[in-house]
Amino acid sequence: MDVFKSIRMGLGSWLNRIFGKRRAKIGIYGPPNAGKTTLANRIVNDWSGDGAVVGTVSNIPHETRRAVRKEGLLINSNGSTIQLDIVDTPGMATKIDFREFMAFGMSEDEAKKRAKEATEGVIEAIKWLDDLDGVLLVMDSTEDPYTQVNVTVIGNMEARGLPLLIIANKVDLPNSAPSRIRAAFPQHPMVEISALEGKHLDVLYDAIALNFG
Amino acid sequence: MDLISQEKLEHMTSMEKIRLILDKVKTGRIVVLESGLTPDEEVRLIEMTMTEIRVDEFSGIEIESYPSRKESSSFLDRILGKGFKRRMTVIGPANQLRTVEKDQYQISTKVSVGD
Repeated sequence: MDVFKSIRMGLGSWLNRIFGKRRAKIGIYGPPNAGKTTLANRIVNDWSGDGAVVGTVSNIPHETRRAVRKEGLLINSNGSTIQLDIVDTPGMATKIDFREFMAFGMSEDEAKKRAKEATEGVIEAIKWLDDLDGVLLVMDSTEDPYTQVNVTVIGNMEARGLPLLIIANKVDLPNSAPSRIRAAFPQHPMVEISALEGKHLDVLYDAIALNFG
Repeated sequence: MDLISQEKLEHMTSMEKIRLILDKVKTGRIVVLESGLTPDEEVRLIEMTMTEIRVDEFSGIEIESYPSRKESSSFLDRILGKGFKRRMTVIGPANQLRTVEKDQYQISTKVSVGD
């Protein structure tokens, strides 16, 4: 990142905090299968009122392979209002092997096509980092939080001085352990939710208004 | 396995570091960076890795670094997004290096040979 870009982003972040910007472009990031699109669909469904969905969900990794932006969601929480542009990004990964998709019953050709599109999706997610005001980092609370994707996204937000809210998702599952996420990244705010069941979303919206408003 | 010193890394540009890492990892080597990469360099490494993935040749990298640790920093450092300590990082081919366990203080990996 060049120095002028760093200065612009750093100053922008400080000014936003001082003057309380009320519109923000927020990226939903995380590893594959963390529940990013399920969360994006929930947020859009709760606040757009048109029943639209951002994307399809699947248990096969890299279901989302193109970033999707939903503009102008008005979120009212705790007496304050924030207008959000939500960007649902493809799952971030450092490796993509087509054989992983064949284990889900895909043909070799289908798996190779999906792998190719998934690599493009990761690049697209990375490019979006340069054009955001903040990030919702979705983690699967049944999994080890110390993944490199989590470490890298958090490191980038810290270096850019942009706000980050960690979402400990899937707390409806019996083996979820959101306390491990809190212990791993204690320097950042975190909310525990189930995007699938719509659990604790009121807490999430309060946190969004507080951290990005 | 190649252990690359902080002194060497300090004299390289971001692109030179990324090229060096990928060239080594694609030939099956494990790379340990004494002082790690900046967050921006990490994300650029992932980006370039994605462009070089090839079916049956290279499926990507396994990269492990510790969560960032804040150093005391000036107001100007914070404006510039600096003030975070770079920490040791290990990078290898995804089909040979696997992380077994990781926390804030320790990274345990398993290396397989001849895959």
